Amino acid sequence: MPGVTDDRVFKALADPTRRHLLDRLFERDGRSLVQLEADLEMTRFGVMKHLRVLEDAGLVVTRRSGREKLHFLNPVPIRLIHDRWIDKYTEQRVAALADLKNRLEEKTG
Amino acid sequence: MTTMTATTTQVYRVFIRATPEMIWDAITKPDFSEQYFHGVRLELRDGRRRSTLADGRSWDEAVLEEDPPRRLVHEWSAGYDPELAAEEPSRVTWEIEPRENGVSMLTVVHDRLEGAPKTAEAVSGEGWTFVLSTLKTFLETGTALA
Repeated sequence: MPGVTDDRVFKALADPTRRHLLDRLFERDGRSLVQLEADLEMTRFGVMKHLRVLEDAGLVVTRRSGREKLHFLNPVPIRLIHDRWIDKYTEQRVAALADLKNRLEEKTG
Repeated sequence: MTTMTATTTQVYRVFIRATPEMIWDAITKPDFSEQYFHGVRLELRDGRRRSTLADGRSWDEAVLEEDPPRRLVHEWSAGYDPELAAEEPSRVTWEIEPRENGVSMLTVVHDRLEGAPKTAEAVSGEGWTFVLSTLKTFLETGTALA
């Protein structure tokens, strides 16, 4: 079961459109299908298919709010993959490097 | 990481190889909760949910719904931090559903955060994500993350 879940998460993340959908939810969570498909050049059916893959992987959770179905970003599966290979000791060094990368890129960009 | 505005409804979900009863105990009994919830001892008593920190400070929240082992709804106030505790109370819903192969699905909805923007920021991202991944590790292996 944990292996199956990981496969689904990696598969879901291995697609630019699905990562874009997650980025949009990260910017503003709890969006409807209509809001999510707004800037995508794709049929509604296509967007729904991508959202279903994200939902099956647990990266998106849907809730009903009145007549609308809202989509929420669930970061827990990504955290679990993170925990598997990065322990508390390593985390500090990884964070320091990520910090350095961000600062250098801010300067050049 | 770019900044985001924490939203007033946040939803988190985790699949745990444990029965709904085990998850219910983990979120309502102090000896379990202190293993994964930042050392906080949680208990339900007389329609209240009491949180006690390791240093002895404690605070209460109203329990709005209690249906063991499937559903718990309570107010949330961040008694561990005076600045956050000064904000209006929000609401946390725990939903536990049994799935196949001894796995249960736990969904946490933290909403009504309109009057608590700093709390919304504090619990998003690392906050709930850390608690739920640690809860999963605790229930599946019997140990919390160091």
